[in-house]
Amino acid sequence: MELLVAIMVGVLVAASVHLMLARNVLRFIFGLVLISNAANLIIFASGRLTPESPPLIAEGETTPALDAANALPQALVLTAIVIGFGLFAFALTLVYRAYQNLGTLNSDEMRVAEPQAQKPSTAGQVAEKQYIARDADA
Amino acid sequence: MSWILATPIIIPFATAVLAFLFRHGPEGRWLSVLGSAGLLVSSIILMLTVLDEGVIAAQMGQWPAPFGITLAADLLSAVMVVITGITGLAIAIYALADVEQRKEQLGYHALYQVLLAGVCGAFLTGDLFNLYVWFEVMLISSFGLLILGGTRAQLDGGIRYVTLNLISTILFLSGVGLLYGMTGTLNMADLHGAVQEVDNPGLLVVVAVMFMIAFGVKAAVFPLFFWLPASYHTPAISVSAIFAGLLTKVGVYSLIRTFTLIFTTDIAYTHTILLWVAGLTMVTGVLGAAAMNDFRRILSFHIVSQIGYMVLGLALFTPLALVGAVFYLVHHIIVKANLFLVAGVARRIAGSTELGQIGGLYKTAPLLALLFLIPAFSLAGFPPLSGFWAKFLLIKAALEEGGYIIAGVALAVGLLTIFSMTKIWGYAFWKPHPAGLEPRLSRLSARDRAALLTPIAALAVLTCIIGLFPEPFVQFATRAAEQLLDPQTYVQTVLAAAPEAGQ
Repeated sequence: MELLVAIMVGVLVAASVHLMLARNVLRFIFGLVLISNAANLIIFASGRLTPESPPLIAEGETTPALDAANALPQALVLTAIVIGFGLFAFALTLVYRAYQNLGTLNSDEMRVAEPQAQKPSTAGQVAEKQYIARDADA
Repeated sequence: MSWILATPIIIPFATAVLAFLFRHGPEGRWLSVLGSAGLLVSSIILMLTVLDEGVIAAQMGQWPAPFGITLAADLLSAVMVVITGITGLAIAIYALADVEQRKEQLGYHALYQVLLAGVCGAFLTGDLFNLYVWFEVMLISSFGLLILGGTRAQLDGGIRYVTLNLISTILFLSGVGLLYGMTGTLNMADLHGAVQEVDNPGLLVVVAVMFMIAFGVKAAVFPLFFWLPASYHTPAISVSAIFAGLLTKVGVYSLIRTFTLIFTTDIAYTHTILLWVAGLTMVTGVLGAAAMNDFRRILSFHIVSQIGYMVLGLALFTPLALVGAVFYLVHHIIVKANLFLVAGVARRIAGSTELGQIGGLYKTAPLLALLFLIPAFSLAGFPPLSGFWAKFLLIKAALEEGGYIIAGVALAVGLLTIFSMTKIWGYAFWKPHPAGLEPRLSRLSARDRAALLTPIAALAVLTCIIGLFPEPFVQFATRAAEQLLDPQTYVQTVLAAAPEAGQ
């Protein structure tokens, strides 16, 4: 069982690296989703995967059977999934907004924050002018 | 006991809720100032307790360690929380005059306070998984702050910041999973003993390197720093300043914590990597800064370069080197946040942060010139300012270990830092304004002037105090480094901390 999960993690990571190396930011985000699921599977597997023995404590005992699955990593995975979900919702919205405003999904063409030539971007100039205008009003 | 450890987290969270409710009125920003002041007070109480009792720890909920939710503070954690309180308050005051009403209505102050809570949580937690959760709290609020306003540059920088930081958290999470699989615990104090008994030390080093990369991205070390200079110059000045002061330092703190407490089984391997990383980070950062022509972009690259010094202290792993690293952390947060605040005032009165478009500040705003010179010289390491002692300790530690090359690199990088600072000085302060503008502080309303200049002056005074009276600070850093190198007290205190009843 662990071997299967390990192979699965490997495939997921390989696919996500392939996606993340693309210049398209949307592909990158999909790669991120895959690799985060790979990370969740790693945690899941670290708590032993045992289909036959439920983590129940027999009467008179204080600990479950030794080969039972550990419940803690499963709780951790749940937390990680919830957090991951929130972050990806944000990342997707960000990419969408960037596509609307910058007009491209190609990361090579996104050079507003770091312009190639050493001259200020027009967006920066507009912002600066608003800044000065605000002080002049005050 | 537990409330002393919990208040630096609870206060900003409570403030965030209130600030969000009052985001449409002027109350929101004052609540933010008040909350930050409360954070500073609670952090000072925490610091006094730690100075008095050594390490303190508490278990939230009713579970004993290593199962419960552990909060722990040694001297390093305590000083980081205090410095968070100081910069948090300074920048909250600065934000009174810097953040536009539109951004306030979108919830700027709430996000700011959540960020402070996340940073304090990361400094105080005693559990690796909780550290991950605090990182996420910090990340999501920093995402919000970074793109608040939604200009094209912000969205562009935001994509780089978000994606690279998400990869780092995923690596962190995988490392946590593998470490748990090997040791069966995630409590940092418990891990200190548990990693000694791992039957596959090779795998442990692999996990150590995963953590190194994950925290390395957060700390912006070579070659993982590209998100930082791409994004830090895009948001509001107060956001740039708090990011520059605190966020990368959480990464450095996590590196120091894990690589002194947990991953010390193969120091020859891991800390040699760190040494190379430190050297390359210093050099690339400072060279990147030399190529920039924007006030904030120069400063952003200097963050990268300065991170190298702190990692150097960890990599050398001698008592003196760790003293230097702790001292450097504290000094750097104050100075770097302050420089960004100065850049903000320069932009307000001269119209831009682009060095080619501003000038004449020395002639018409000499006070600002003075307030720039203090942190700039401190950053470059001029005596008698705080940066001098920080660099002195680290370079002395390197020479004692026979690391002549790395000491030479550190000195050369200091020199290049002066080059960048003189460049800003020459362009922004000495040369006349290209548009013939006379940038005067009187262009600002009296209220704005007070809100903008008070925090800058206060932080500058703090730099001078640390520089002129370094003895108590060095002694403090020495004690903190002793605790880091001999974590027995930390381990015993955490594992013995009684669960709090009646939570």
